[in-house]
Amino acid sequence: MLTILFDGIAYGMLLFVLACGLSVTLGLMNFVNLAHGSFAMAGGYITVVLVNRMGLPFLLGLPLAFLFSAALGALLERTLYVHVYAKSHLDQVLFTIGLVFMSVAAVDYTMGSSQQFITIPSALQGQIDVLGVGVGRYRLLIIGICAVLTIALQLILVRTRFGSRLRASVDDQRVARGLGINVGAVFGVTFAVGSGLAGLGGALGAEILGLDPTFPLKYMIYFLIVVTVGGTSSITGPFLASILLGIGDVAGKYYVPELGAFVIYTIMIVVLIWRPQGLFARQSAR
Amino acid sequence: MSARTSQPSLDPAELLARRARWTPLEIAFWVAAFAAVYFLPGRHLILTEIVIWALFALSLDLILGFGGILSLGHAAFFGVGAYVAGLLAKHGIITEPVLALLVAGLAATLVGFATSFLVLRGSDLTRLMVTLGVSLVLREIANRYAEITGGADGLQGITRAPVLGLFDFDLFGQTACVYSLVVLFVLFLLARRIVNSPFGLSLLAVRGNPLRASAIGIPVNWRLVAIYSIAAGYAGIAGGLLTQTTAFAALEFFSFDRSADVLLVLIIGGIGYLYGGLIGAVVFRLMQDWLANITPQYWQFWIGLVLVLIVLIGRDRMAASIRPVRSLIDTLGARIRIGIIGGGR
Repeated sequence: MLTILFDGIAYGMLLFVLACGLSVTLGLMNFVNLAHGSFAMAGGYITVVLVNRMGLPFLLGLPLAFLFSAALGALLERTLYVHVYAKSHLDQVLFTIGLVFMSVAAVDYTMGSSQQFITIPSALQGQIDVLGVGVGRYRLLIIGICAVLTIALQLILVRTRFGSRLRASVDDQRVARGLGINVGAVFGVTFAVGSGLAGLGGALGAEILGLDPTFPLKYMIYFLIVVTVGGTSSITGPFLASILLGIGDVAGKYYVPELGAFVIYTIMIVVLIWRPQGLFARQSAR
Repeated sequence: MSARTSQPSLDPAELLARRARWTPLEIAFWVAAFAAVYFLPGRHLILTEIVIWALFALSLDLILGFGGILSLGHAAFFGVGAYVAGLLAKHGIITEPVLALLVAGLAATLVGFATSFLVLRGSDLTRLMVTLGVSLVLREIANRYAEITGGADGLQGITRAPVLGLFDFDLFGQTACVYSLVVLFVLFLLARRIVNSPFGLSLLAVRGNPLRASAIGIPVNWRLVAIYSIAAGYAGIAGGLLTQTTAFAALEFFSFDRSADVLLVLIIGGIGYLYGGLIGAVVFRLMQDWLANITPQYWQFWIGLVLVLIVLIGRDRMAASIRPVRSLIDTLGARIRIGIIGGGR
């Protein structure tokens, strides 16, 4: 029972790290980025290359995955995404679906279509006993890293100048721009960090979520659930939503495997009908 | 041809009549479509596929181009129609294909009606998620009841009875092709009638500005429910056609890829004028065929690239670049018509 809870929390935290960049993209620029999972996949695959083929230590691979995905995100944001912000949602959807298709085929071409496994150090394998509950060491590591990241993100968002600029831009872009905040630059940085976090999540999660070329398509719906259910106005909303989703999914698969993913989709639809702005959304100022 | 008709008219009846008039280009299009079946006997399989994509994209056009609803789960209704048609044929409940197709369409319409209330609320993103969610839930259901649907193996063992009891499905797909094309043509006529009716005009008003539309007395929600259900029925018939012509239905029919592909088909052809889906289907399927010949495994990359390029270049700009050609053909057509009328006098 507690093990399931623990696994669920690890899974949920992983989802949060994967999806929090998306929540900012959606909240800040009202941009529907279905290609978010592609950045996560990029992070996962670069770790595979670095750790498995070049023999770098796993713990060094993680920050490199972050940097690689962040750089990739920044590059694409500056060259391609900027042209699409002002377009309609339909165009944004088409554009990002196109990117997903391209990334899926490109990874298939370069890395093959089979599932990839990252060799994790033996120190991180196996279980340890915490208060009589058997917990996986790797999952413990995931929870640790994700918890640190979450706290760091929250502090950045609440305590720093950049954070207040970001919040101002999310709340009202026009007024923020009027106050002299360079919304485009704020967004560029946030997009890069969000992509980097997704890449880190992809690298961390390869063990749990699996890593193959269809990754962006398979998990797109999960990221979107986190964002739409959690709302886009804070990071606590998506955080709670991912934890709930993680526990719900793991517990659902364990207790009622015959229902499959059915429960999650149904809950998502109900939530969206009941509260279109998300479960944990603040009252909108507008 | 008096000078009065060329001026903009405010009389709605006259406007509708003018919109409903067949242009020579349209007639040429359908003549070419039926001629293709006759003159390309070796290509019936791909032609049938094109026709089914065209019908599917036409149904999405009704939702997106005329209803303004962004859907990422349109394959849901395609799948419902496909499985209903397949199950009817498999268990011999209704063996006659046309009747079975109608029932499949009706079933999809009902599902569309039931889920249409979900897409009325919320923003584009919410609609996107809800439509996607509905298609995923339906897929899960089809997967779950494997004893009925065949689960991941797909629905197999479908027997095909002759169309109208007269035309048997042949090995070369000739019957299937003609049958599909006739279904497409009939449904296209119906869609054309719907779009060029006061109902269709009110839909355009809703798409343009829902708030103002409701201010002039258009029941916005009911209009959207109606067009969503109709379009769902169209998608169901497209799915039913695919099952009937291939004698197979798979879970893949519900997939996100299919919803995304149909969006691409419609985008290639252009939104909001009914022919978009038809032209898009021809271009898409030929392009897919061509790419699959060059890179059998990685054609999806190029499809993705096409999508990205379409957006970056801009759909308006692409439409603008072919507008002179279109207006040229239209004026030529009008000249010919004047010539015919003048010659008749």
